[in-house]
Amino acid sequence: MSDIVPWGADPIRPAEPRPLRLTVDGETVEGLQGQSIAGVLLAQGRTAWRSTTAGRPRGVFCGIGVCFDCVATVNGESDVRLCLRRAADGDAVETQDDHDSAEGARP
Amino acid sequence: MTRVLVIGAGPAGLAAAAAAADAGARVTLLDSGDGLGGQYWRHLPPQRPSRREARLHHGWKHFQHLQARVRDRVEVITEAQVWAIETAGGTTARVLIGPSDAAGRESRRLTADAVVLAPGAHDRTLPFPGWHLPGVYSAGAAQALAKGERIRVGRKVVVAGAGPFLLPVAQSLTGAGATVLGVYEAARLPAIARGWLPRPQRLLRTAHKGRELAGYAFHHLSRRVPYRLGRAVVEARGDGRVEEAVIARLDADWAPIPGTERTVAADAVCVSHGFTPRLELPIAAGCAIGPDRFVQVDADQRTSVPGVYAAGEITGIGGVDAALVEGRIAGHRAAGGDPAALAGDRRLRRATTDLARRIEAAHGIRPGWTSWLRDDTVVCRCEEVPYGRLRDTAAATGQSALRSVKLTTRAGLGICQARMCGRTVEELTGASTGDPCDTSDRRPLAAPIRLGDLAELATAPNGDSA
Ligand SMILES: Cc1cc2nc3c(=O)[nH]c(=O)nc-3n(C[C@H](O)[C@H](O)[C@H](O)COP(=O)(O)OP(=O)(O)OC[C@H]3O[C@@H](n4cnc5c(N)ncnc54)[C@H](O)[C@@H]3O)c2cc1C
Repeated sequence: MSDIVPWGADPIRPAEPRPLRLTVDGETVEGLQGQSIAGVLLAQGRTAWRSTTAGRPRGVFCGIGVCFDCVATVNGESDVRLCLRRAADGDAVETQDDHDSAEGARP
Repeated sequence: MTRVLVIGAGPAGLAAAAAAADAGARVTLLDSGDGLGGQYWRHLPPQRPSRREARLHHGWKHFQHLQARVRDRVEVITEAQVWAIETAGGTTARVLIGPSDAAGRESRRLTADAVVLAPGAHDRTLPFPGWHLPGVYSAGAAQALAKGERIRVGRKVVVAGAGPFLLPVAQSLTGAGATVLGVYEAARLPAIARGWLPRPQRLLRTAHKGRELAGYAFHHLSRRVPYRLGRAVVEARGDGRVEEAVIARLDADWAPIPGTERTVAADAVCVSHGFTPRLELPIAAGCAIGPDRFVQVDADQRTSVPGVYAAGEITGIGGVDAALVEGRIAGHRAAGGDPAALAGDRRLRRATTDLARRIEAAHGIRPGWTSWLRDDTVVCRCEEVPYGRLRDTAAATGQSALRSVKLTTRAGLGICQARMCGRTVEELTGASTGDPCDTSDRRPLAAPIRLGDLAELATAPNGDSA
Protein backbone atom coordinates (compact mmCIF):
# COMPACT_ATOMS: atom_id res chain seq x y z
CA MET A 1 0.00 0.00 0.00
CA SER A 2 1.19 3.48 -0.75
CA ASP A 3 1.72 6.02 2.02
CA ILE A 4 3.74 9.10 2.88
CA VAL A 5 7.01 9.28 4.81
CA PRO A 6 5.97 10.65 8.23
CA TRP A 7 7.49 14.14 8.35
CA GLY A 8 8.86 13.73 11.86
CA ALA A 9 10.84 10.65 10.84
CA ASP A 10 12.03 11.89 7.45
CA PRO A 11 15.84 12.20 7.31
CA ILE A 12 15.55 15.31 5.13
CA ARG A 13 14.13 17.11 8.20
CA PRO A 14 11.06 18.82 6.74
CA ALA A 15 9.31 21.68 8.49
CA GLU A 16 5.93 20.79 9.96
CA PRO A 17 3.58 20.59 6.99
CA ARG A 18 0.40 22.64 6.84
CA PRO A 19 -2.86 20.74 6.33
CA LEU A 20 -5.54 21.23 3.72
CA ARG A 21 -8.85 19.60 2.96
CA LEU A 22 -10.54 18.53 -0.17
CA THR A 23 -13.51 16.36 -0.99
CA VAL A 24 -13.47 13.23 -3.11
CA ASP A 25 -16.94 12.19 -4.28
CA GLY A 26 -18.32 14.28 -1.43
CA GLU A 27 -16.16 12.78 1.31
CA THR A 28 -13.65 14.97 3.13
CA VAL A 29 -10.01 13.98 2.70
CA GLU A 30 -7.09 15.54 4.59
CA GLY A 31 -3.93 16.45 2.76
CA LEU A 32 -0.91 18.71 3.02
CA GLN A 33 -0.21 22.04 1.38
CA GLY A 34 2.01 21.44 -1.63
CA GLN A 35 0.84 17.91 -2.40
CA SER A 36 -0.56 17.02 -5.79
CA ILE A 37 -4.11 15.69 -5.60
CA ALA A 38 -2.72 12.26 -6.56
CA GLY A 39 -0.23 12.67 -3.70
CA VAL A 40 -3.07 13.35 -1.26
CA LEU A 41 -4.84 10.16 -2.34
CA LEU A 42 -1.70 7.99 -2.38
CA ALA A 43 -0.75 9.25 1.08
CA GLN A 44 -4.09 7.86 2.30
CA GLY A 45 -3.27 4.46 0.80
CA ARG A 46 -5.72 4.95 -2.02
CA THR A 47 -4.13 3.52 -5.18
CA ALA A 48 -7.07 3.59 -7.61
CA TRP A 49 -9.87 6.07 -8.34
CA ARG A 50 -10.77 5.82 -12.00
CA SER A 51 -12.31 2.97 -13.93
CA THR A 52 -11.58 2.28 -17.57
CA THR A 53 -13.93 1.45 -20.43
CA ALA A 54 -13.48 -2.19 -19.41
CA GLY A 55 -14.46 -1.31 -15.84
CA ARG A 56 -10.97 -1.86 -14.42
CA PRO A 57 -9.57 0.30 -11.61
CA ARG A 58 -6.69 2.71 -12.27
CA GLY A 59 -4.68 5.21 -10.27
CA VAL A 60 -1.21 6.61 -10.89
CA PHE A 61 1.01 4.85 -13.43
CA CYS A 62 3.60 7.25 -14.90
CA GLY A 63 3.46 9.98 -12.25
CA ILE A 64 4.53 12.74 -14.65
CA GLY A 65 1.45 13.49 -16.74
CA VAL A 66 2.08 11.22 -19.71
CA CYS A 67 -0.26 8.22 -19.24
CA PHE A 68 -3.51 9.95 -18.18
CA ASP A 69 -4.46 6.98 -15.98
CA CYS A 70 -4.99 9.26 -12.96
CA VAL A 71 -7.48 11.73 -14.45
CA ALA A 72 -10.52 12.89 -12.47
CA THR A 73 -12.97 15.78 -12.45
CA VAL A 74 -11.74 18.71 -10.34
CA ASN A 75 -14.12 21.55 -9.48
CA GLY A 76 -16.32 20.56 -12.40
CA GLU A 77 -13.55 20.22 -15.01
CA SER A 78 -13.12 16.68 -16.28
CA ASP A 79 -9.91 14.86 -17.30
CA VAL A 80 -7.56 16.69 -14.95
CA ARG A 81 -4.31 14.77 -14.40
CA LEU A 82 -4.17 14.50 -10.63
CA CYS A 83 -0.41 13.82 -10.59
CA LEU A 84 0.20 17.28 -12.08
CA ARG A 85 -2.41 19.31 -10.23
CA ARG A 86 -1.44 20.83 -6.87
CA ALA A 87 -4.20 20.35 -4.33
CA ALA A 88 -5.91 23.56 -3.20
CA ASP A 89 -7.90 23.83 0.00
CA GLY A 90 -11.55 23.10 -0.79
CA ASP A 91 -10.99 21.34 -4.13
CA ALA A 92 -13.94 19.13 -5.05
CA VAL A 93 -12.74 15.98 -6.80
CA GLU A 94 -15.11 13.56 -8.50
CA THR A 95 -13.80 10.26 -9.75
CA GLN A 96 -14.43 9.30 -13.37
CA ASP A 97 -15.96 6.07 -14.53
CA ASP A 98 -15.31 5.53 -18.23
CA HIS A 99 -17.18 2.24 -18.04
CA ASP A 100 -20.48 4.08 -17.51
CA SER A 101 -19.87 6.63 -20.22
CA ALA A 102 -18.61 4.00 -22.66
CA GLU A 103 -21.83 2.03 -22.28
CA GLY A 104 -23.75 5.08 -23.38
CA ALA A 105 -21.42 6.08 -26.18
CA ARG A 106 -20.27 2.75 -27.59
CA PRO A 107 -22.80 -0.02 -27.05
CA MET B 1 19.80 41.78 -28.82
CA THR B 2 19.17 38.15 -29.76
CA ARG B 3 16.04 36.72 -28.19
CA VAL B 4 16.24 33.09 -27.15
CA LEU B 5 13.34 30.94 -25.99
CA VAL B 6 14.13 27.79 -23.98
CA ILE B 7 11.39 25.18 -23.58
CA GLY B 8 11.83 22.86 -20.60
CA ALA B 9 13.61 23.68 -17.33
CA GLY B 10 15.28 20.34 -16.62
CA PRO B 11 19.08 20.07 -16.54
CA ALA B 12 19.33 20.71 -20.31
CA GLY B 13 17.00 23.72 -20.39
CA LEU B 14 18.48 25.31 -17.25
CA ALA B 15 22.00 24.99 -18.64
CA ALA B 16 20.87 26.36 -21.99
CA ALA B 17 19.11 29.37 -20.46
CA ALA B 18 22.12 30.24 -18.29
CA ALA B 19 24.57 29.87 -21.20
CA ALA B 20 22.41 31.95 -23.54
CA ALA B 21 22.18 34.73 -20.94
CA ASP B 22 25.97 34.58 -20.43
CA ALA B 23 26.41 34.98 -24.18
CA GLY B 24 24.35 38.17 -24.05
CA ALA B 25 20.91 37.09 -25.23
CA ARG B 26 17.56 38.08 -23.82
CA VAL B 27 16.21 34.75 -22.60
CA THR B 28 12.81 33.37 -21.68
CA LEU B 29 12.64 29.94 -20.01
CA LEU B 30 9.35 28.03 -19.96
CA ASP B 31 8.29 24.93 -18.08
CA SER B 32 4.89 23.33 -17.71
CA GLY B 33 5.61 22.41 -14.09
CA ASP B 34 5.49 24.86 -11.20
CA GLY B 35 9.15 24.43 -10.26
CA LEU B 36 12.51 24.19 -12.02
CA GLY B 37 14.83 21.17 -12.21
CA GLY B 38 12.98 18.76 -14.52
CA GLN B 39 12.96 15.06 -13.73
CA TYR B 40 16.47 14.80 -12.37
CA TRP B 41 16.12 17.56 -9.78
CA ARG B 42 12.45 17.05 -9.02
CA HIS B 43 11.99 18.31 -5.47
CA LEU B 44 9.46 19.21 -2.82
CA PRO B 45 7.52 22.41 -3.53
CA PRO B 46 8.15 25.59 -1.53
CA GLN B 47 5.03 24.87 0.54
CA ARG B 48 6.94 21.92 2.06
CA PRO B 49 10.43 23.18 2.90
CA SER B 50 13.01 20.89 4.47
CA ARG B 51 16.49 21.41 5.84
CA ARG B 52 18.26 18.52 4.15
CA GLU B 53 16.61 18.24 0.77
CA ALA B 54 20.09 17.82 -0.76
CA ARG B 55 20.17 14.26 0.63
CA LEU B 56 17.68 13.22 -2.05
CA HIS B 57 19.81 14.50 -4.92
CA HIS B 58 23.08 14.37 -6.76
CA GLY B 59 24.58 17.71 -7.77
CA TRP B 60 22.07 19.68 -5.70
CA LYS B 61 24.53 22.55 -5.30
CA HIS B 62 24.96 22.71 -9.05
CA PHE B 63 21.18 22.89 -9.41
CA GLN B 64 20.85 25.68 -6.86
CA HIS B 65 23.60 27.58 -8.57
CA LEU B 66 21.97 27.20 -11.99
CA GLN B 67 18.60 28.11 -10.58
CA ALA B 68 19.96 31.27 -8.96
CA ARG B 69 21.71 32.32 -12.18
CA VAL B 70 18.58 31.74 -14.19
CA ARG B 71 16.23 33.46 -11.75
CA ASP B 72 18.58 36.44 -11.79
CA ARG B 73 19.06 36.98 -15.48
CA VAL B 74 16.35 35.16 -17.37
CA GLU B 75 12.62 35.63 -17.63
CA VAL B 76 11.25 32.41 -16.10
CA ILE B 77 7.64 31.40 -16.70
CA THR B 78 6.44 28.29 -14.88
CA GLU B 79 3.10 26.49 -15.28
CA ALA B 80 3.61 27.38 -18.96
CA GLN B 81 2.53 24.58 -21.25
CA VAL B 82 3.77 24.93 -24.83
CA TRP B 83 1.10 23.35 -27.01
CA ALA B 84 2.23 24.37 -30.50
CA ILE B 85 5.28 25.74 -32.23
CA GLU B 86 5.66 27.49 -35.58
CA THR B 87 8.96 28.12 -37.31
CA ALA B 88 8.05 30.25 -40.30
CA GLY B 89 9.78 33.66 -39.96
CA GLY B 90 11.42 33.27 -36.52
CA THR B 91 10.02 30.90 -33.94
CA THR B 92 6.66 31.29 -32.29
CA ALA B 93 5.58 29.16 -29.35
CA ARG B 94 1.99 29.04 -28.28
CA VAL B 95 1.67 28.77 -24.55
CA LEU B 96 -1.07 28.29 -21.97
CA ILE B 97 -0.20 29.59 -18.53
CA GLY B 98 -1.92 28.36 -15.39
CA PRO B 99 -2.62 25.19 -13.37
CA SER B 100 -2.29 22.09 -15.52
CA ASP B 101 -5.40 21.02 -17.44
CA ALA B 102 -7.41 23.96 -16.10
CA ALA B 103 -9.92 25.68 -18.39
CA GLY B 104 -9.45 29.35 -19.23
CA ARG B 105 -5.66 29.56 -18.76
CA GLU B 106 -3.91 32.68 -20.01
CA SER B 107 -2.87 32.25 -23.64
CA ARG B 108 0.35 33.76 -24.98
CA ARG B 109 2.28 33.70 -28.21
CA LEU B 110 6.03 34.04 -27.67
CA THR B 111 8.37 34.81 -30.54
CA ALA B 112 12.15 34.62 -30.60
CA ASP B 113 15.14 34.57 -32.95
CA ALA B 114 16.16 31.10 -31.74
CA VAL B 115 14.62 28.38 -29.63
CA VAL B 116 16.18 25.60 -27.58
CA LEU B 117 13.92 22.56 -27.23
CA ALA B 118 14.61 20.64 -24.02
CA PRO B 119 11.39 18.79 -23.12
CA GLY B 120 13.12 15.60 -21.93
CA ALA B 121 11.82 12.05 -22.01
CA HIS B 122 9.47 9.77 -20.13
CA ASP B 123 10.17 6.22 -19.19
CA ARG B 124 8.98 3.38 -21.35
CA THR B 125 7.40 0.28 -19.84
CA LEU B 126 6.92 -2.83 -21.95
CA PRO B 127 3.53 -4.45 -21.30
CA PHE B 128 3.31 -7.67 -19.29
CA PRO B 129 0.31 -9.59 -17.92
CA GLY B 130 -1.18 -7.63 -15.02
CA TRP B 131 0.70 -4.37 -15.65
CA HIS B 132 -2.63 -2.55 -15.67
CA LEU B 133 -3.22 -3.36 -11.98
CA PRO B 134 -3.10 -0.48 -9.48
CA GLY B 135 0.18 -0.81 -7.60
CA VAL B 136 2.17 -1.31 -10.80
CA TYR B 137 4.04 1.90 -11.60
CA SER B 138 6.62 3.05 -14.07
CA ALA B 139 9.96 3.28 -12.28
CA GLY B 140 9.93 7.01 -13.05
CA ALA B 141 6.66 7.38 -11.14
CA ALA B 142 8.16 5.79 -8.04
CA GLN B 143 11.11 8.15 -8.38
CA ALA B 144 9.03 11.26 -9.01
CA LEU B 145 6.70 10.51 -6.09
CA ALA B 146 9.56 9.80 -3.68
CA LYS B 147 11.52 12.93 -4.62
CA GLY B 148 8.68 15.32 -5.28
CA GLU B 149 6.12 14.23 -2.68
CA ARG B 150 7.85 11.91 -0.19
CA ILE B 151 5.31 9.24 -1.17
CA ARG B 152 6.45 5.64 -1.05
CA VAL B 153 4.46 3.66 -3.56
CA GLY B 154 4.63 0.51 -1.46
CA ARG B 155 6.17 -1.14 1.59
CA LYS B 156 7.51 -4.22 -0.19
CA VAL B 157 8.56 -3.20 -3.65
CA VAL B 158 9.94 -4.96 -6.71
CA VAL B 159 11.99 -2.83 -9.13
CA ALA B 160 12.52 -4.23 -12.62
CA GLY B 161 13.23 -3.43 -16.25
CA ALA B 162 16.48 -2.33 -17.83
CA GLY B 163 19.13 0.32 -17.48
CA PRO B 164 21.14 2.17 -14.85
CA PHE B 165 18.07 4.26 -13.92
CA LEU B 166 16.73 1.35 -11.85
CA LEU B 167 19.48 1.98 -9.29
CA PRO B 168 18.56 5.53 -8.21
CA VAL B 169 14.92 4.41 -8.14
CA ALA B 170 15.75 1.62 -5.68
CA GLN B 171 17.76 4.07 -3.62
CA SER B 172 14.93 6.61 -3.45
CA LEU B 173 12.52 3.88 -2.42
CA THR B 174 14.70 2.63 0.42
CA GLY B 175 15.38 6.26 1.38
CA ALA B 176 11.62 6.69 1.76
CA GLY B 177 11.46 3.66 4.05
CA ALA B 178 10.28 1.02 1.59
CA THR B 179 11.84 -2.43 1.45
CA VAL B 180 13.13 -3.11 -2.04
CA LEU B 181 12.83 -6.87 -2.51
CA GLY B 182 15.12 -6.83 -5.49
CA VAL B 183 16.20 -4.98 -8.60
CA TYR B 184 15.69 -7.22 -11.65
CA GLU B 185 17.66 -6.14 -14.70
CA ALA B 186 16.71 -7.78 -18.01
CA ALA B 187 20.18 -7.53 -19.54
CA ARG B 188 22.48 -10.47 -18.90
CA LEU B 189 26.13 -10.28 -17.97
CA PRO B 190 27.56 -10.63 -21.51
CA ALA B 191 25.45 -7.69 -22.73
CA ILE B 192 26.41 -5.62 -19.70
CA ALA B 193 30.07 -6.41 -20.33
CA ARG B 194 29.75 -5.59 -24.02
CA GLY B 195 28.23 -2.23 -23.20
CA TRP B 196 30.25 -1.15 -20.19
CA LEU B 197 33.71 -2.75 -20.40
CA PRO B 198 35.29 -1.64 -23.71
CA ARG B 199 37.55 1.45 -23.68
CA PRO B 200 37.27 2.14 -19.96
CA GLN B 201 39.45 5.24 -20.36
CA ARG B 202 36.49 6.91 -22.07
CA LEU B 203 34.23 6.19 -19.14
CA LEU B 204 36.66 8.06 -16.93
CA ARG B 205 35.84 11.24 -18.79
CA THR B 206 32.35 11.00 -17.40
CA ALA B 207 33.85 10.24 -14.00
CA HIS B 208 31.15 12.15 -12.22
CA LYS B 209 28.44 9.79 -13.50
CA GLY B 210 30.74 6.87 -12.68
CA ARG B 211 30.96 8.04 -9.09
CA GLU B 212 27.20 8.36 -8.93
CA LEU B 213 26.78 4.78 -10.21
CA ALA B 214 29.45 3.49 -7.83
CA GLY B 215 27.52 5.19 -5.05
CA TYR B 216 24.45 3.19 -5.96
CA ALA B 217 26.43 -0.04 -6.07
CA PHE B 218 27.74 0.69 -2.59
CA HIS B 219 24.29 1.59 -1.41
CA HIS B 220 22.93 -1.70 -2.72
CA LEU B 221 25.62 -3.71 -1.02
CA SER B 222 25.22 -1.84 2.22
CA ARG B 223 21.45 -2.18 2.28
CA ARG B 224 21.54 -5.70 0.90
CA VAL B 225 19.18 -5.02 -1.96
CA PRO B 226 19.64 -7.92 -4.36
CA TYR B 227 20.56 -6.82 -7.90
CA ARG B 228 19.89 -9.65 -10.37
CA LEU B 229 20.81 -9.69 -14.04
CA GLY B 230 18.89 -11.49 -16.80
CA ARG B 231 15.56 -11.37 -14.99
CA ALA B 232 12.20 -9.74 -15.56
CA VAL B 233 8.81 -9.35 -13.98
CA VAL B 234 6.71 -11.43 -16.38
CA GLU B 235 3.42 -11.05 -14.54
CA ALA B 236 1.78 -9.00 -11.79
CA ARG B 237 -1.10 -10.63 -9.96
CA GLY B 238 -3.69 -9.50 -7.48
CA ASP B 239 -7.36 -8.93 -6.82
CA GLY B 240 -8.01 -5.33 -7.88
CA ARG B 241 -4.43 -4.33 -7.05
CA VAL B 242 -1.00 -5.89 -7.15
CA GLU B 243 -0.30 -8.54 -4.52
CA GLU B 244 2.48 -10.55 -6.10
CA ALA B 245 5.01 -10.42 -8.90
CA VAL B 246 6.25 -13.34 -10.99
CA ILE B 247 9.94 -13.10 -11.82
CA ALA B 248 11.60 -15.25 -14.47
CA ARG B 249 15.07 -15.66 -15.90
CA LEU B 250 15.57 -14.37 -19.43
CA ASP B 251 17.69 -15.61 -22.30
CA ALA B 252 20.01 -13.24 -24.15
CA ASP B 253 17.09 -12.01 -26.27
CA TRP B 254 14.95 -11.33 -23.21
CA ALA B 255 12.63 -14.32 -23.76
CA PRO B 256 11.65 -15.83 -20.40
CA ILE B 257 13.14 -19.28 -19.76
CA PRO B 258 10.28 -21.68 -18.95
CA GLY B 259 10.45 -23.25 -15.51
CA THR B 260 12.44 -20.43 -13.91
CA GLU B 261 9.42 -18.47 -12.62
CA ARG B 262 9.39 -17.46 -8.99
CA THR B 263 6.61 -15.60 -7.19
CA VAL B 264 7.21 -12.91 -4.58
CA ALA B 265 4.64 -11.09 -2.46
CA ALA B 266 4.83 -7.35 -3.12
CA ASP B 267 2.52 -4.36 -2.77
CA ALA B 268 4.18 -2.33 -5.52
CA VAL B 269 5.99 -3.21 -8.74
CA CYS B 270 8.01 -0.48 -10.49
CA VAL B 271 9.06 -1.21 -14.05
CA SER B 272 10.90 0.73 -16.73
CA HIS B 273 12.73 -0.50 -19.84
CA GLY B 274 14.33 2.73 -20.95
CA PHE B 275 13.13 6.15 -22.06
CA THR B 276 11.12 7.63 -24.90
CA PRO B 277 11.92 11.20 -25.96
CA ARG B 278 9.10 13.75 -26.02
CA LEU B 279 9.10 14.47 -29.72
CA GLU B 280 5.88 16.46 -30.10
CA LEU B 281 7.54 19.87 -30.26
CA PRO B 282 10.51 18.95 -32.48
CA ILE B 283 8.20 17.17 -34.93
CA ALA B 284 5.82 20.13 -34.94
CA ALA B 285 8.79 22.42 -35.59
CA GLY B 286 9.77 20.24 -38.57
CA CYS B 287 13.06 18.94 -37.11
CA ALA B 288 14.59 15.86 -38.73
CA ILE B 289 14.27 12.76 -36.55
CA GLY B 290 16.92 10.04 -36.95
CA PRO B 291 16.35 6.33 -37.52
CA ASP B 292 17.03 5.89 -33.79
CA ARG B 293 13.96 8.09 -33.19
CA PHE B 294 15.85 10.94 -31.54
CA VAL B 295 16.15 14.53 -32.77
CA GLN B 296 19.14 14.86 -35.08
CA VAL B 297 21.61 17.57 -34.09
CA ASP B 298 25.04 18.70 -35.21
CA ALA B 299 28.02 19.55 -32.99
CA ASP B 300 26.35 22.88 -32.15
CA GLN B 301 23.09 21.13 -31.09
CA ARG B 302 21.44 22.63 -34.19
CA THR B 303 18.49 20.69 -35.60
CA SER B 304 17.67 20.58 -39.32
CA VAL B 305 15.49 23.70 -38.90
CA PRO B 306 17.32 27.06 -38.82
CA GLY B 307 17.10 28.72 -35.43
CA VAL B 308 15.89 25.55 -33.67
CA TYR B 309 18.29 23.84 -31.27
CA ALA B 310 17.73 20.68 -29.22
CA ALA B 311 19.34 19.49 -25.99
CA GLY B 312 18.93 16.78 -23.38
CA GLU B 313 17.07 13.51 -23.59
CA ILE B 314 15.27 14.35 -26.87
CA THR B 315 18.63 13.89 -28.63
CA GLY B 316 19.63 10.64 -26.88
CA ILE B 317 19.52 9.04 -23.45
CA GLY B 318 22.82 9.99 -21.87
CA GLY B 319 21.83 11.07 -18.36
CA VAL B 320 22.24 14.35 -16.56
CA ASP B 321 25.81 15.14 -17.65
CA ALA B 322 24.83 14.81 -21.30
CA ALA B 323 21.79 17.03 -20.73
CA LEU B 324 23.89 19.70 -19.02
CA VAL B 325 26.67 19.89 -21.60
CA GLU B 326 24.25 19.80 -24.53
CA GLY B 327 22.25 22.56 -22.88
CA ARG B 328 25.34 24.72 -22.48
CA ILE B 329 26.35 24.27 -26.11
CA ALA B 330 22.81 24.85 -27.41
CA GLY B 331 22.23 27.97 -25.30
CA HIS B 332 25.60 29.48 -26.18
CA ARG B 333 25.17 28.92 -29.91
CA ALA B 334 21.48 29.93 -29.97
CA ALA B 335 22.57 33.25 -28.49
CA GLY B 336 25.20 33.64 -31.20
CA GLY B 337 28.11 32.94 -28.82
CA ASP B 338 31.63 32.34 -30.12
CA PRO B 339 32.08 28.66 -31.10
CA ALA B 340 35.77 28.83 -30.10
CA ALA B 341 34.71 29.07 -26.46
CA LEU B 342 33.21 25.57 -26.62
CA ALA B 343 36.27 23.30 -27.00
CA GLY B 344 36.03 21.84 -23.50
CA ASP B 345 32.29 21.28 -23.69
CA ARG B 346 32.60 19.58 -27.07
CA ARG B 347 35.09 17.08 -25.62
CA LEU B 348 32.78 16.41 -22.72
CA ARG B 349 29.87 15.95 -25.10
CA ARG B 350 31.76 13.26 -27.02
CA ALA B 351 32.24 11.42 -23.73
CA THR B 352 28.56 11.61 -22.82
CA THR B 353 27.59 10.41 -26.30
CA ASP B 354 29.82 7.42 -25.59
CA LEU B 355 27.90 6.83 -22.35
CA ALA B 356 24.58 6.89 -24.21
CA ARG B 357 25.89 4.28 -26.65
CA ARG B 358 27.00 2.06 -23.78
CA ILE B 359 23.59 2.24 -22.13
CA GLU B 360 21.90 1.24 -25.38
CA ALA B 361 24.37 -1.58 -26.09
CA ALA B 362 24.05 -3.04 -22.61
CA HIS B 363 20.40 -2.41 -21.75
CA GLY B 364 18.59 -1.81 -25.07
CA ILE B 365 15.29 -3.67 -25.52
CA ARG B 366 15.71 -7.15 -27.09
CA PRO B 367 12.95 -8.70 -29.23
CA GLY B 368 12.33 -11.82 -27.11
CA TRP B 369 10.27 -9.88 -24.56
CA THR B 370 7.11 -10.39 -26.62
CA SER B 371 7.02 -14.03 -25.55
CA TRP B 372 5.92 -13.01 -22.05
CA LEU B 373 2.73 -11.52 -23.56
CA ARG B 374 -0.54 -13.45 -23.48
CA ASP B 375 -3.55 -12.94 -25.71
CA ASP B 376 -5.37 -11.04 -22.98
CA THR B 377 -2.42 -8.85 -21.94
CA VAL B 378 -3.46 -5.20 -22.24
CA VAL B 379 -1.21 -3.35 -24.68
CA CYS B 380 -3.06 -0.03 -25.04
CA ARG B 381 -3.92 0.99 -21.48
CA CYS B 382 -6.39 3.71 -22.48
CA GLU B 383 -8.56 1.72 -24.85
CA GLU B 384 -7.87 -1.63 -23.14
CA VAL B 385 -6.73 -3.31 -26.37
CA PRO B 386 -5.36 -6.80 -25.67
CA TYR B 387 -2.34 -8.26 -27.46
CA GLY B 388 -4.33 -11.04 -29.17
CA ARG B 389 -6.71 -8.63 -30.86
CA LEU B 390 -3.89 -6.37 -31.99
CA ARG B 391 -1.86 -9.23 -33.44
CA ASP B 392 -4.84 -10.86 -35.18
CA THR B 393 -6.02 -7.61 -36.72
CA ALA B 394 -2.59 -6.79 -38.08
CA ALA B 395 -2.21 -10.33 -39.44
CA ALA B 396 -5.71 -10.64 -40.94
CA THR B 397 -5.50 -7.43 -42.89
CA GLY B 398 -1.81 -7.51 -43.71
CA GLN B 399 -1.74 -3.92 -42.61
CA SER B 400 1.53 -2.19 -42.35
CA ALA B 401 0.37 1.40 -42.09
CA LEU B 402 0.09 2.29 -38.44
CA ARG B 403 -2.96 4.43 -39.05
CA SER B 404 -5.15 1.60 -40.23
CA VAL B 405 -4.03 -0.74 -37.44
CA LYS B 406 -4.98 1.95 -34.98
CA LEU B 407 -8.34 2.70 -36.57
CA THR B 408 -9.34 -0.96 -36.60
CA THR B 409 -8.22 -1.88 -33.09
CA ARG B 410 -8.41 1.57 -31.45
CA ALA B 411 -4.93 0.93 -30.01
CA GLY B 412 -3.20 4.25 -29.44
CA LEU B 413 -6.33 6.33 -30.00
CA GLY B 414 -7.14 6.88 -26.32
CA ILE B 415 -6.59 9.84 -24.06
CA CYS B 416 -2.79 9.47 -23.79
CA GLN B 417 -2.55 9.61 -27.59
CA ALA B 418 -0.25 6.59 -27.79
CA ARG B 419 2.38 8.10 -25.52
CA MET B 420 2.39 4.86 -23.50
CA CYS B 421 1.84 2.19 -26.17
CA GLY B 422 2.84 3.81 -29.47
CA ARG B 423 6.27 2.28 -29.89
CA THR B 424 5.06 -1.07 -28.61
CA VAL B 425 2.12 -1.15 -31.03
CA GLU B 426 4.49 -0.37 -33.90
CA GLU B 427 6.75 -3.23 -32.88
CA LEU B 428 3.98 -5.75 -32.30
CA THR B 429 2.21 -5.07 -35.59
CA GLY B 430 5.32 -4.63 -37.70
CA ALA B 431 4.02 -1.23 -38.78
CA SER B 432 6.44 0.59 -41.00
CA THR B 433 8.18 3.47 -39.27
CA GLY B 434 10.30 4.71 -42.16
CA ASP B 435 8.64 8.09 -42.19
CA PRO B 436 8.60 9.84 -38.79
CA CYS B 437 5.42 11.61 -39.84
CA ASP B 438 3.61 8.28 -39.90
CA THR B 439 4.82 7.08 -36.49
CA SER B 440 3.03 7.25 -33.19
CA ASP B 441 5.28 10.20 -32.26
CA ARG B 442 3.25 12.54 -34.42
CA ARG B 443 0.51 14.33 -32.51
CA PRO B 444 -1.49 17.30 -33.76
CA LEU B 445 -1.14 19.11 -30.42
CA ALA B 446 1.92 18.93 -28.19
CA ALA B 447 -0.27 18.97 -25.10
CA PRO B 448 -3.92 18.31 -24.31
CA ILE B 449 -6.19 21.33 -24.59
CA ARG B 450 -9.85 21.64 -23.72
CA LEU B 451 -12.08 21.85 -26.76
CA GLY B 452 -13.65 25.10 -25.58
CA ASP B 453 -10.22 26.69 -25.22
CA LEU B 454 -9.06 25.41 -28.59
CA ALA B 455 -11.93 27.11 -30.41
CA GLU B 456 -10.96 30.40 -28.77
CA LEU B 457 -7.22 29.95 -29.34
CA ALA B 458 -7.68 29.30 -33.02
CA THR B 459 -9.08 32.78 -33.47
CA ALA B 460 -7.27 34.76 -30.74
CA PRO B 461 -5.19 37.54 -32.28
CA ASN B 462 -2.90 38.25 -29.31
CA GLY B 463 0.75 38.82 -30.16
CA ASP B 464 3.59 38.87 -27.69
CA SER B 465 7.30 38.41 -27.81
CA ALA B 466 9.89 36.76 -25.68
C1 LIG C 1 10.05 10.46 -13.91
C2 LIG C 1 11.51 10.49 -14.22
C3 LIG C 1 12.43 10.55 -13.16
C4 LIG C 1 13.80 10.57 -13.41
N1 LIG C 1 14.67 10.59 -12.36
C5 LIG C 1 16.01 10.47 -12.60
C6 LIG C 1 16.95 10.35 -11.52
O1 LIG C 1 16.55 10.39 -10.36
N2 LIG C 1 18.25 10.18 -11.81
C7 LIG C 1 18.71 10.12 -13.10
O2 LIG C 1 19.90 9.96 -13.32
N3 LIG C 1 17.86 10.26 -14.14
C8 LIG C 1 16.53 10.42 -13.93
N4 LIG C 1 15.66 10.49 -14.97
C9 LIG C 1 16.22 10.56 -16.32
C10 LIG C 1 16.19 12.05 -16.67
O3 LIG C 1 15.27 12.21 -17.72
C11 LIG C 1 17.53 12.71 -17.01
O4 LIG C 1 18.55 12.36 -16.16
C12 LIG C 1 17.44 14.26 -17.03
O5 LIG C 1 16.46 14.75 -16.17
C13 LIG C 1 17.18 14.70 -18.43
O6 LIG C 1 17.22 16.10 -18.49
P1 LIG C 1 16.42 16.93 -19.59
O7 LIG C 1 16.72 18.35 -19.27
O8 LIG C 1 16.74 16.41 -20.93
O9 LIG C 1 14.87 16.61 -19.37
P2 LIG C 1 13.90 16.73 -18.10
O10 LIG C 1 14.62 16.71 -16.84
O11 LIG C 1 12.85 15.71 -18.35
O12 LIG C 1 13.24 18.18 -18.26
C14 LIG C 1 12.31 18.49 -19.26
C15 LIG C 1 11.39 19.59 -18.77
O13 LIG C 1 10.61 20.06 -19.86
C16 LIG C 1 9.30 20.32 -19.44
N5 LIG C 1 8.41 20.22 -20.61
C17 LIG C 1 8.25 19.12 -21.41
N6 LIG C 1 7.38 19.40 -22.40
C18 LIG C 1 6.98 20.68 -22.22
C19 LIG C 1 6.09 21.55 -22.92
N7 LIG C 1 5.40 21.13 -24.01
N8 LIG C 1 5.90 22.82 -22.46
C20 LIG C 1 6.57 23.24 -21.36
N9 LIG C 1 7.44 22.47 -20.65
C21 LIG C 1 7.64 21.21 -21.08
C22 LIG C 1 9.04 19.29 -18.37
O14 LIG C 1 8.05 19.75 -17.45
C23 LIG C 1 10.42 19.12 -17.71
O15 LIG C 1 10.55 19.92 -16.56
C24 LIG C 1 14.28 10.52 -14.75
C25 LIG C 1 13.35 10.48 -15.81
C26 LIG C 1 11.99 10.46 -15.55
C27 LIG C 1 11.03 10.39 -16.71
